[in-house]
Amino acid sequence: MEGTGVPTGYPWRIERVAKKAMVYLTRKIDFSASHLYHNPALSAEENKRIFGKCNNPHGHGHNYTLEVTVAGEPDPVTGMVLDLKELKEILEREITQRMDHRFLNYEVPELKGQIPTCENIARVIWNLLEPRITQGRLHKVRLYETADLFAECYRNGASRT
Amino acid sequence: MTDALKIALGRRYRFAASHRLHSEKLSETENGRVYGKCNNPYGHGHNYVVEVNVSGKVDPATGMIVNLADLDGFVEREVIEAFDHKSLNQEVPVFRERVPTTENLCLEIFERLKRFPLAKLERVRVEETANNAFEYAGEEIQDHRAVQ
Repeated sequence: MEGTGVPTGYPWRIERVAKKAMVYLTRKIDFSASHLYHNPALSAEENKRIFGKCNNPHGHGHNYTLEVTVAGEPDPVTGMVLDLKELKEILEREITQRMDHRFLNYEVPELKGQIPTCENIARVIWNLLEPRITQGRLHKVRLYETADLFAECYRNGASRT
Repeated sequence: MTDALKIALGRRYRFAASHRLHSEKLSETENGRVYGKCNNPYGHGHNYVVEVNVSGKVDPATGMIVNLADLDGFVEREVIEAFDHKSLNQEVPVFRERVPTTENLCLEIFERLKRFPLAKLERVRVEETANNAFEYAGEEIQDHRAVQ
């Protein structure tokens, strides 16, 4: 090894290269939708008290921003955790087409019988995406309803990345 | 993969306050060297953003982990009223003893908010400017040497 410029601890370098690294990638999309909060099991007064102006029967809307984080090891050949084009298509098909410019209470069957809060929409999004992500695995979804309010969904015990 | 799905709620709040970074444990020269312009004796201020993250069970009747009005009220009382348009060094008792760096501010806000009775506090993020952010999730540092 002497004179080759390779340090004498050489084997550790191989080990370092071979070590599997977990990488997290995040893609962001936006969609706009309307909703209202109303629980038919509660009285009109209770609905008003709990949900406030979100109880307006005509509904109201938001520009939602969705961040989807996928965890995985970069493929040794392509260097990718997953093909971003593919993730883009999954998000377009599963989320944008389903929710963009829709009234969430009436037009998204997965939300039937649920109050379309940020928490519930994030969980529906998780359930729609998790089985579709086949390279790497779905790590986290974060759904912003406004710049100051968001809900996150992840597996218990996942790191906070 | 069989771990339970966890849902958390994040909410951002704002306050403006002044502070001066100065440690009684250091000499004048050292304070100047360590804190630079933040050591200016007259202090200076920031527009702080506090991002509060709580988790819990989603109530099927409301679709919520916690009613935002309750979370907002608690954060308003415990943090915003105590810090907004105040001098942190002079008007928040803990910072008479401790340097009001944003690290320490983050720890203090976590301490105040972890008493929130309606959901579990997961973490607190404090943005001092758009370029500086600090987070605390209640974790203790492991001793490196012990886990090597």
